[in-house]
Amino acid sequence: MSEAVLRVKDLRTQFKTRAGVLKAVDGVSFEVGRGRILGLVGESGSGKSVTGYSILGLIEPPGEIAGGEVLLNGQDLTRLKSEAMRKIRGAQIAMVFQDPMMTLNPVLKIGTQMIAAVRAHDRVSRKVARGRARDALAKVGIPSPEERLDSYPHQLSGGMRQRVAIAIALLHNPAVILADEPTTALDVSIQGQILAEVRRLADETGTAFVWVTHDLAVVSSLADDICVMYAGRVVETGPAADVIASPRHPYTAGLLASVPAEHEPGTRLPQVPGSTPSLANLPPGCAFAPRCAKAGPACTTTPPVQHFEDGRTALCNYPIEPVSCQPLSSTSTTYRSAS
Amino acid sequence: MIGFLIQRILQALMVVIAMSVIVFLGVYAIGNPIDVMIDPASDQALRESLIQRYGFDRPLYEQYFIFMNNMLHGDLGESFIYRLPVLELILSRLPATLELALTAMMIATCLGIPLGLWAGYKPDSLSAKAIMGFSVLGFSVPTFWVGLLLIMAFAVELGWLPSGGRGPTTEVLGMQLSITSLEGWSYIILPAFNLALFKLGLLIRLTRAGTIEVMSSDFVRFARAQGLSEGKVVGLHVLKNISIPIVTVFGLELGSTLAFAVVTETVFNWPGMGKLIIDSITVLDRPVMVAYLILVVFLFVIINLVVDLIYGQLDPRIRVKAAS
Ligand SMILES: Nc1ncnc2c1ncn2[C@@H]1O[C@H](COP(=O)(O)OP(=O)(O)O)[C@@H](O)[C@H]1O
Ligand code: SF4
Ligand SMILES: [Mg+2]
Repeated sequence: MSEAVLRVKDLRTQFKTRAGVLKAVDGVSFEVGRGRILGLVGESGSGKSVTGYSILGLIEPPGEIAGGEVLLNGQDLTRLKSEAMRKIRGAQIAMVFQDPMMTLNPVLKIGTQMIAAVRAHDRVSRKVARGRARDALAKVGIPSPEERLDSYPHQLSGGMRQRVAIAIALLHNPAVILADEPTTALDVSIQGQILAEVRRLADETGTAFVWVTHDLAVVSSLADDICVMYAGRVVETGPAADVIASPRHPYTAGLLASVPAEHEPGTRLPQVPGSTPSLANLPPGCAFAPRCAKAGPACTTTPPVQHFEDGRTALCNYPIEPVSCQPLSSTSTTYRSAS
Repeated sequence: MIGFLIQRILQALMVVIAMSVIVFLGVYAIGNPIDVMIDPASDQALRESLIQRYGFDRPLYEQYFIFMNNMLHGDLGESFIYRLPVLELILSRLPATLELALTAMMIATCLGIPLGLWAGYKPDSLSAKAIMGFSVLGFSVPTFWVGLLLIMAFAVELGWLPSGGRGPTTEVLGMQLSITSLEGWSYIILPAFNLALFKLGLLIRLTRAGTIEVMSSDFVRFARAQGLSEGKVVGLHVLKNISIPIVTVFGLELGSTLAFAVVTETVFNWPGMGKLIIDSITVLDRPVMVAYLILVVFLFVIINLVVDLIYGQLDPRIRVKAAS
């Protein structure tokens, strides 16, 4: 892997609530290289969004970052003052959210919102900003971008809106884009188009993506690397193809088993048996133990991080033995780069 | 857009007609004004001639049509008391009320929106709580009492401002206005502030609630993720999104302030329409009451129409619905 542009180290984010301190992100580490796409996977509530907000410094009380580092090209973002962080947000690291209906302001024209985004970092005239907005729309494959600038969000389809959001994220050619389930609300064919576009952008611009999803089929077709989260912790990491072909953590295996062979991206994912534990009362030791078929006596203590070949890791006492088998779904489209 | 406008104007006309019937019937039900107008000791012949002169002997619907016909010709009748055309009478009082109401609205807006924005932006701060406490006072303490307190404090105790009445006026666009001079302002500021207080409280709460809602929306989070400064987030996103409820309330309040500034006008002895209508009601000056109510209906209808048009400008989604 090339030099990492974003390296998250032992990130801890907690919410002080009446039910106690919720460790929504509890020692998360991962890294993404230039032009690479990292799939951040996990069931709802596993802390993926909070991880994203923490990286961007968008955690609001009662939440706080309790520890760890977010290194963007070597600079620790968690130590920055709010104005310094604002200058990085959107310029060097950008974020796209899940719901394209809600992330654009319904009463402002697309152009107005994009011009504001350009001018948040660059002191250019409105005219120049508008030109850059138009170019960004063209870059993500939006037809007649000039007219779209004068549209209001409700005049665009969901897929188009999400493209606009991605175009906004691209405005300042950031080193990293965090995409928080950006295609979950879209239908399958639109999702496929956007995934292909994102793959192309990553390859052409060198932008690194952290693609948050709870849909393993998306990851298998898009991501270079994978990072599986469970209850605020990273339970497995590794190259996407390898992890999917041969998961080492029982939770990853459970997620994969629940994906039918001909699973279409975007359709609802069957659940791993059992339900996500409440962060307020996690079992001692491995948080997955109550749902784990392989759980053994050691699992009441916190499992160690196991390191395997190709830099793979799993947070487990009894990792699954590697198997050699075909990739999960040979039928589904692959947007992964050849490299 | 044109279709929308025509539709709204037709609706407005219907409202005016319906209201004119209601007002006419309502006032008719109060009773025969002749008894109030003339000396109880005067003879039957005089009584009959007056009834005939004002048309009270005709059937009700005829009276209504005569009234409407006159109204369409700009004739709303003559005051029983002042012996002047009521339109002239009311319009002569309109500028005083207009400037009082507009000054009050200006005070409420210029203070209410910034205070509400702040209270919504930092809802847990001490200053926000103080602002909210003030807003509760603003619309729970009776207007007349606050008015009296203001007079006690600023006119009687401190002697800074006059205790009532209207300052010297100059003619602007055919209207006698007092806000053209500093001395005029010294007269208007207390009653205007008194009249503004309720609206101020309302605007603060409305702005605060809207700000809190918008600040927690996804698009504000997205705007922050783009690196927009907090000033820009509030100035661009929040202000534009909360402007719709604010314009609504502004419109409604402007109408009701113009129409019902009665209490403040009475306390501060302000020679506006409010005082005129109160005086007319006590002496059952029927033409003045009817004309005044019709005028109020007109005001509300026009203000609502303007508010609707502004809405379309503010929210593109409404424009679409109106067009389809
Ligand atoms: N504002 C908040 N207040 C309290 N707890 C929160 C808040 N936001 C998130 N959490 C906690 O963090 C957990 C992880 O949330 P999230 O990151 O949104 O999950 P995911 O994106 O993986 O579905 C939630 O289950 C919740 O317990
Ligand atoms: S540590 Fe134990 S309980 Fe946890 S996943 Fe591994 S085997 Fe299952
Ligand atoms: Mg989420």
